[in-house]
Amino acid sequence: MTLTLDQVRRIAHLARIEIDASEADAVHAKLESIFEMINRLQAVDTQGVVPMSHAQDVSLPMREDAVSETDRRADYQRVAPAVEDGLYLVPRVVE
Amino acid sequence: MTWEVVIGLETHAQLSTASKIFSGAATAFGAAPNTPASAVDIALPGVLPVLNKGAVERAIRFGLAVGATINTLSVFARKNYFYPDLPKGYQISQFEIPVVNGGEIAIVSPTRGEIRVRLTRAHLEEDAGKSLHEDYHGMTGIDLNRAGTPLLEIVSEPDMRSSDEAVAYAKSLHELVRWIEICDGNMQEGSFRCDANVSIRRPGEPLGTRCEIKTLNSFRFLQQAIDFEVRRQIAVIEDGGTIVQETRLYDPDRNQTRSMRSKEDAQDYRYFPDPDLPPLAIDRGWIERVRRDMPELAPMRRLRFSATSREHLVELVKGGAGVDLSEMSDQVYEESNPALQASGQRPTHGLTLADASALVQDRATADYFESTVAGGADAKAAANWVLGEVAAALNRAGIGIAAAPVSPAALAGLLARIADGTISGKIAKEIFDAMWASGARGARDADAIIDAKGLRQISDEGAIERLVDEVIAGNAGIVAEFRAGREKAFNSLVGKVMAASRGKANPGQVNAILRRKLG
Repeated sequence: MTLTLDQVRRIAHLARIEIDASEADAVHAKLESIFEMINRLQAVDTQGVVPMSHAQDVSLPMREDAVSETDRRADYQRVAPAVEDGLYLVPRVVE
Repeated sequence: MTWEVVIGLETHAQLSTASKIFSGAATAFGAAPNTPASAVDIALPGVLPVLNKGAVERAIRFGLAVGATINTLSVFARKNYFYPDLPKGYQISQFEIPVVNGGEIAIVSPTRGEIRVRLTRAHLEEDAGKSLHEDYHGMTGIDLNRAGTPLLEIVSEPDMRSSDEAVAYAKSLHELVRWIEICDGNMQEGSFRCDANVSIRRPGEPLGTRCEIKTLNSFRFLQQAIDFEVRRQIAVIEDGGTIVQETRLYDPDRNQTRSMRSKEDAQDYRYFPDPDLPPLAIDRGWIERVRRDMPELAPMRRLRFSATSREHLVELVKGGAGVDLSEMSDQVYEESNPALQASGQRPTHGLTLADASALVQDRATADYFESTVAGGADAKAAANWVLGEVAAALNRAGIGIAAAPVSPAALAGLLARIADGTISGKIAKEIFDAMWASGARGARDADAIIDAKGLRQISDEGAIERLVDEVIAGNAGIVAEFRAGREKAFNSLVGKVMAASRGKANPGQVNAILRRKLG
């Protein structure tokens, strides 16, 4: 699999990462080398192997369903750029 | 040539846990903005999600209730998109391996009879927060109270062929999630909301391009939105156009759907397994424990209410299994079906299927009915009263049956007095109203009112005879009419005797005695 420069720009946009033309070329080259590695991995026969979804062989710990948090809005909102009526204010989102 | 409508639904059921799916913040509705929003919910750097066992348990319960596969290993994934009410920049959901696969919901279609809607999957995920677009000095307000609320997204196959079927499915699902107590079903508060995937095709042809209508939070809107969307798609295609796959919003004020702002990147969520969350393991023992604690479900309960015996129940369940089981003995079938075995231990009531269906509309009504029968009432009489007087009184009061001021034991006490002839059915209604007004919890409450108001039915032969004699003596004209052959005059005399007894005389005896005296 090879990656086009357009795809690189699109991925950057989806991740909201700003890159200019020269950076795009550099990123493109790096991503290409990653894909080369992936291509090599693809050659391994993995038939019958359960796909790995996590690097560690552990399962998910769980907690009992109980409320353990108290209201700490004042603390959290102290570092927010703008708040009003208990709401966090953000640049207008146009629907 | 006709069009065939194809509908699949995605339903978000908010799980009824006390705390959020990945944090210990409360899920309570209506709190002041951002007060039940913890560091995890607002996505402060460095926080880690810890899964709520109660949410998983509810997903298992759902899977068991619809006959699905519970995956003993499932994976949480990140669904990436940018929106201010999603502070992490991704929603934790499940993608390739959800907690539940398959299953089905039985519905009654107005055109196709009983059908089974197949489920694709059900997965756990967190809800996002809420954006308030009212003007905050040209900015948007963000309330993250809902962020991290546990949701079960239930995805159906495109098995529905009309808006009626879609509504029947949604109602059936709504009833089920409340029945098994995994979701409060409050649609106004958004605890149960549907997205509808709608397409049309010529019968027999492959599926057409679908449009998804988002966030329908009432059955009426669901129906109207689908009906509008079908008309729109037919008009587009018959005008020579093509349907563009897109997400649409339903506007109830205008009764139409419109395209949401088309975002070129909209569908690219770049899912990947969440490195913060190792795979979710559910062991067989846990599933079995949940299975043991499952309540008897509505379809089974309906059949048990209508069955006349345990053997009859096994027959009914086996006959409705949807596959040919004629080769299997009833006994073997019963042993293969743990839910049936459990129900077989409970009493059957021999009701009509119509009454049984009405009583299992919700679990509280079914419980109320069975408690009344357990209090000694005849099943048919109890069903009539629960579906008649009790339902009407609840309606007038605008309350649910759980809040009924007359308890099942008190109702059973009243029905016992009709059964033993102490009071007539008519007087019973009067007593019921009095019990309702004052509140009645005990089996003896009806007796107390009967005695206090002197409403005991008069069955004493001599007493009734005296009343009859008085009426005959005082109504010579009507008696003459009757003797002249007017049968209606007889009813008028019965009415006068009943009135003279203030409704307390046994109507059967009054009839017989009057007939004898006039004969």
